[in-house]
Amino acid sequence: MRKVFKNLWGGALTTAFAVAMAAPALALEFDNPTEGWNILWHELVIDLVIIGTLFGGIALIWLFVYKAKNPNDHGQGPTLSTSSAIGWALIPAAVFMADDFFLAAKGWALWNTQRTVPEGAMEVKVRAERWAWEFDYGNGVVSDTLTVPVGQPVVLRMTAKDDPAGRDVLHSFGMPHFRMTEDVMPGRTTYIWFKATEAVDTVVTCREYCGDGHSSMYSTVSAKAEADFNQWMADELAALEDNGTKQTASVTVVGSGDKL
Amino acid sequence: MSSTFKEWLFTTDHKRIGVLYLIGSTAAFVVAGIMALIIRLEQMDPGAQYVTAGTYNNALYFHGAAMILAFLIPGLTGFAANYFLPLMIGAPDVAFPRINAFSVWLFWVAIVLALLQTGIVAGGTAVDVMWTGYPPYSVDTAGNTSFYVFTVHLLGFSSILGAVNFMVTVIYMRAPGMGWNQLNVFVWTTVAAFVLQLIFIPVLAAAVTLLLFDKYLGTNFFNPYNGGDVLLYQNLFWFYSHPAVYVIFLPAAGIIMEIVATMGKNKVFNYKACIYGGVFGITAIGGEVWIHHLYVTGMPDWLRVGMMVTTLLISVPVGLYVMSMWGTLYKASITYNTAMMYAAACYYLVLLGGLTGIPLAMTSITVHMSETSFVHAHFHFIMAMFSTFAVFASVYYWFPKMTGRLADSMLSYLGFWLTFIGVNMTFWPLFIIGVDGMPRRYMDYEMFPQFASYHHISTYGALVVSAGVACMVINWVVSAFNGKPSPDNPWGSKSLEWTHCPNPPGPGNFPKPVTVSEDWTPYNYGK
Repeated sequence: MRKVFKNLWGGALTTAFAVAMAAPALALEFDNPTEGWNILWHELVIDLVIIGTLFGGIALIWLFVYKAKNPNDHGQGPTLSTSSAIGWALIPAAVFMADDFFLAAKGWALWNTQRTVPEGAMEVKVRAERWAWEFDYGNGVVSDTLTVPVGQPVVLRMTAKDDPAGRDVLHSFGMPHFRMTEDVMPGRTTYIWFKATEAVDTVVTCREYCGDGHSSMYSTVSAKAEADFNQWMADELAALEDNGTKQTASVTVVGSGDKL
Repeated sequence: MSSTFKEWLFTTDHKRIGVLYLIGSTAAFVVAGIMALIIRLEQMDPGAQYVTAGTYNNALYFHGAAMILAFLIPGLTGFAANYFLPLMIGAPDVAFPRINAFSVWLFWVAIVLALLQTGIVAGGTAVDVMWTGYPPYSVDTAGNTSFYVFTVHLLGFSSILGAVNFMVTVIYMRAPGMGWNQLNVFVWTTVAAFVLQLIFIPVLAAAVTLLLFDKYLGTNFFNPYNGGDVLLYQNLFWFYSHPAVYVIFLPAAGIIMEIVATMGKNKVFNYKACIYGGVFGITAIGGEVWIHHLYVTGMPDWLRVGMMVTTLLISVPVGLYVMSMWGTLYKASITYNTAMMYAAACYYLVLLGGLTGIPLAMTSITVHMSETSFVHAHFHFIMAMFSTFAVFASVYYWFPKMTGRLADSMLSYLGFWLTFIGVNMTFWPLFIIGVDGMPRRYMDYEMFPQFASYHHISTYGALVVSAGVACMVINWVVSAFNGKPSPDNPWGSKSLEWTHCPNPPGPGNFPKPVTVSEDWTPYNYGK
């Protein structure tokens, strides 16, 4: 019985150790979801390579070492006493649980960053339909590509066409460069935010099956230096004026305390 | 109608029903495999090459639905469970043999229905809703969604009947003296799979029935414009379909454990932790993680983070099962043959498939990975490789039991190596380009021309796999008629199906009724 408790203590201590390890992770803050994703992914790959090498190596060695020397031999695997059987269940369970909570804490910290839109973010409305993307800047400028300024957070409010003329189907807005995806659905509005740190031309693709044109439903996301962005926006507005469409409003900016 | 044909068609013998399941599921596997080749060839280069988008999407639908519903589930809980579960517990048949026959008939009707949709109605109304059938697309499409719905209904009823049948069989028909701790691991994992089927299939049946109503009767369950909800279906669907992963994984893992214990002539390491921690744990938590399929659907933030924790915790019971899998190798005395080669490969496959699931369990990582080929490669390692290899391994392992002949030959080893090398060629490149954003279910990827060389390797891999599978199927057919005759217990197993009945067992299975002693276990090789 004492042995059983000894093993229980082992499990408890391992769990405590894991919680202690995980606690600092909760305090982690990532100020940019893209960068945060890359950091966490890098750590995960290391974690997985260690576990994979350990388990894979053991299996490989044992599969060779314990090859039958004589076809009549039988295995000599240990017969576990009750206490060691409990130990061999609780300690691994505690170790796995520890790693789980450790990862969950890190994942949660990044999740908070991903879901909290910073003050001063520029808002763009995204509308999806089979098989095109439409980006509405709120000031009359509507484009089929997304152009954003470097250094300023951008929040996308996204929905799919849903009106009497025709309801659309599910789509998903996937930007691999910025490590961000969210579904775009008729009848619901979703949001994501991101911040470009350098000028880049990259793609957004549809990530939810939407029919024959699914794989041609993509567009460009272009991050421009602030001056270039302002120039681009001015050109777009000038083009609107030329068409006789009057500028109606300015670009929406998320203020503090805005409900998302 | 010849009498042999009649005997097989109207059979109530669990062994023949098992073989019927094997033939049906192998047929589904071959057709769905051809669909996979169409998909891979089309993805070889950017742009459209061989087929139209409609045909491509139909191939995607058929490949997914048939592999999961018509190959893996019937291959494991139909073929393997039917044939061997009664033998392992020393029972003369299942509890309700006629219900069992009805199950396999439903299964065959579903197979025929599924094949009809590709063969006959392929002119513009072929099903193109993926195996998931998400509305509103599945409601709006010109494709014939009802084929999908009725196939799911038939297979669902077949599985529910099987579930009741096998649970009663295990509870009431064990050989006298056989306690719960003396059951084969495969018996436990199969029972767990059937418990999941019984609880969760009705939810799937409800979901697809509502889909049918929306499409053909004009109801609005999933139509947001008239007050319905597009996400309701996904919740119902994955509420069944995530547990369905364990319906497949558990019996597959059980088969691997049987083979490793037998070929290593070793007892299962920490049996009670494996069953009461691993198998029971997976069954208990398996139904509380379905939101990880909806991580990017705008579900409430707290739910997405909550199910990240439950999803990660799945690694605890799976980890306990893995400890037993690994521990059973320790100080074993392993004899290698084709079945053991597949089982050894499964250690690597389950490790890679399991570990790549960890990032996907994390919401904040999946917001980038969702619907990329990383996801695709991850679940293929568990489904298309680990579980499929388990089905193949089970055929080699029990081949002497079913036919009285051995299936090990040069061709069987060649088939194994080609398949094993081929699957790695096919899916490793998909992991790599998945992280860089290659979406799943794309026939064209002109926005990512840099991925073409990865797709080349992947497609060549798929061709290598087909060669391997062809070797295997030819070898099965040839060996069934011309294989080397097998001794009664070729592997020296201690399990009842090998020790107490002939190859193949006759009607009623056991020449003499079986009783087992208190210290008997299927793994007592030391005694």
